[in-house]
Amino acid sequence: MADGLFKRLKASLTKSRNSISENLNNVFLGYSEIDEDFYEELEERLIMADLGVNATSRIMDRLRERVKAENLTHTSSCREILIEEITGQMAMPPTAYVFLNGRTVLFVIGVNGAGKTTSVGKLAALFKGEGKNVLIAAADTYRAAATEQLVEWANRADVPIITGKEGADPASVIYDAVHAAQARNIDMLIVDTAGRLHNKKNLMEELRKMSRIINKELPFWNQENLIVLDGTTGQNALSQAHEFGDVTRLTGIILTKLDGTAKGGIAIAIVNELSIPVKYIGIGEGINDMTPFDPNAYVRALFDEKDQEEEQHD
Amino acid sequence: MAFESLTDKLTNVFKGLRSKGKLTEEDVRVALKEVKMALLEADVSFKIVKQFINSVSERAVGEEVLTGLNPAQMVIKIVNEELTKLMGEEVTELTLNPGGKMTVIMMCGLQGSGKTTTAAKIAGKVKSKGKSPLLVAGDVYRPAAVDQLKVNAEKVGSEFFSMGTEVSPVTIAKEAIQYAESHHNNVVILDTAGRLQIDETLMQELIDIKNAITIDETLLVVDAMTGQEAVNVAETFNEKIGIDGIVLSKLDGDSRGGAALSARAVTGKPIIFAGMGEKLGDLEPFYPDRMASRILGMGDVLTLIDKAVEAKQEADEEKERQMAAKLKKGSFDFNMYLESMKQMRSMGGLGGILNMLPGVGKISDDQLPDEKELARMEAIVLSMTPRERENPKILTPQRKFRIAKGSGNDISVVNRFIKQFEQAQKMMKQMGGMKRGRHGMGALGGLMGMGGGIPGMGRRGKFF
Repeated sequence: MADGLFKRLKASLTKSRNSISENLNNVFLGYSEIDEDFYEELEERLIMADLGVNATSRIMDRLRERVKAENLTHTSSCREILIEEITGQMAMPPTAYVFLNGRTVLFVIGVNGAGKTTSVGKLAALFKGEGKNVLIAAADTYRAAATEQLVEWANRADVPIITGKEGADPASVIYDAVHAAQARNIDMLIVDTAGRLHNKKNLMEELRKMSRIINKELPFWNQENLIVLDGTTGQNALSQAHEFGDVTRLTGIILTKLDGTAKGGIAIAIVNELSIPVKYIGIGEGINDMTPFDPNAYVRALFDEKDQEEEQHD
Repeated sequence: MAFESLTDKLTNVFKGLRSKGKLTEEDVRVALKEVKMALLEADVSFKIVKQFINSVSERAVGEEVLTGLNPAQMVIKIVNEELTKLMGEEVTELTLNPGGKMTVIMMCGLQGSGKTTTAAKIAGKVKSKGKSPLLVAGDVYRPAAVDQLKVNAEKVGSEFFSMGTEVSPVTIAKEAIQYAESHHNNVVILDTAGRLQIDETLMQELIDIKNAITIDETLLVVDAMTGQEAVNVAETFNEKIGIDGIVLSKLDGDSRGGAALSARAVTGKPIIFAGMGEKLGDLEPFYPDRMASRILGMGDVLTLIDKAVEAKQEADEEKERQMAAKLKKGSFDFNMYLESMKQMRSMGGLGGILNMLPGVGKISDDQLPDEKELARMEAIVLSMTPRERENPKILTPQRKFRIAKGSGNDISVVNRFIKQFEQAQKMMKQMGGMKRGRHGMGALGGLMGMGGGIPGMGRRGKFF
């Protein structure tokens, strides 16, 4: 499955005339010698990929250093270095997926419209497919019909779900779900939460309270606090990650909507500045369109690598 | 807070400029580079930023020194003007057909941009204006999208139309119009599924809807937090579907909202509403000038500039009047000398002024008095006490020694300067009765016209 997804990711990355991979590759095709014009254009392309000014200049600085140290003159070697650098940065800490081996509560948070509910549905299907006992908690009691939406996903994934009434205290839904999870011998409890903008104090405090309940009620479970980021988001995602990270310790990023032409370069910036690893990516609206993040595949897709390498994958 | 706001950034940039007093071309370049970075951090599309910076620097380099403004203020002014121009200068309202005639609105945009919520908000808005809205559930793909719209329709008291999720959106749209006609709904708001602009099939669906029914307003909903992609989204939706306006959603967040500028600039279509919250009443008109200020983050500073400009003009006129009066009386003192120096500088230096004087013609730099020389003269005056400045007669040798020390000059330089000044004073007296010519240049113009009268300039009076 992962291979198929990788192909699709690559396909979507190369689909549009505005695609980042085409843009990036054009720079390497357009210049053979490394000079200031080349650097400048490369810099532009990275900024156009939403990496932001800071992460871009950090990457460019590293690149210049290495070009100088290794006495490189050809842009093709630059390309290799860039791939290495970004892949290195996006690399998973070795403990990234340890939670998969134990009982885990996944606390899924993020701003409105990022794709939390859809991601929860997809994660449920993913874990269920791995033979785990999954339970969903529909703690978005605010948005109209959010629960109905998640119930539909739960049905598709064939996973039980705990719900509350619209307008109910989301903490009470979590409380119920936690006890149900313990009683039913659940491996993976996935908690969907209402979208909230990170500058809304009350809503963020509500989230803090929910996180605290999880900590208190399931002290021996792994707690994965996953922020869902829309792949088309710009620099504001840094602010989002920062503020959500203030409420609960973020352990990973779910990067969604990577099937467009935006490729979530902001994730590179976030990893670069806040060291929160991307753990899952969503690249479509189907229930199986979610996969663990593979830094190599991601960066290769970004740079539109050739097929033989694709075959080596997985 | 780890993230410096655009306000801070630009304020810092311009603080740097302001403290320098005089703006060189290099300063403009450096400042605009910072503006460029700040705009990129605000997620304004790279292409748009580039065009913007070019047009600003074109204006700034030619204009900034001559107008008599503080140069840094001038740059801010130009940046803001150009930004507002790009944003669209006026508030645009949603166009509704007059009277009972039906208006059909179609929402479109990416997944999660906020179409369904915005659709309900618009329904509430037009209802409060006495219209009878019909919300149409055209998103047949996302689970429970129909339910979401139905719940929200009830909340805003709008009528609601749905055919479930098994019917094509084109059919739903057609049926909805008939339903609206028979139920006397005069605003039909069609919600559609979120879609990527590169999804050919789904984009075709929107085209089909547009071909099947008459749509008055196609509104593209753009998330204010969108990054560089905003420009592609807006451009493609506009090219393929044709949009009439933009709704900027989630503007109640802390995003700098550069996406607004990108979408507006690339489509030329107005932003009609701003989504300011999750409650269904949170939909506001969009004020382009405010948005420009938000992206620039300089609303307050701009007001200050306006005030400063007015105040400075008034003060200048007042000073000019006083100076002219003094000149008439033949009392020319060191304060006036300082004032004329200051005025000269704010008007673009001696060269700039001379070039503005009729009959002077082009002057090359080597014909001008040495700027260093002028600075030296200024230092001498600044080393005088207020009394000495008003009353040059009291300058005793002891005082002159003190002044020489204070200004870091030799006593001979001070003596020569004071002598020249006294000569100038005499000439002023003789001129006292003469009629003053033009207004604009005022006292300064008069002083300049006197030829060798002013110390420190007299030596090179040949160009008169």
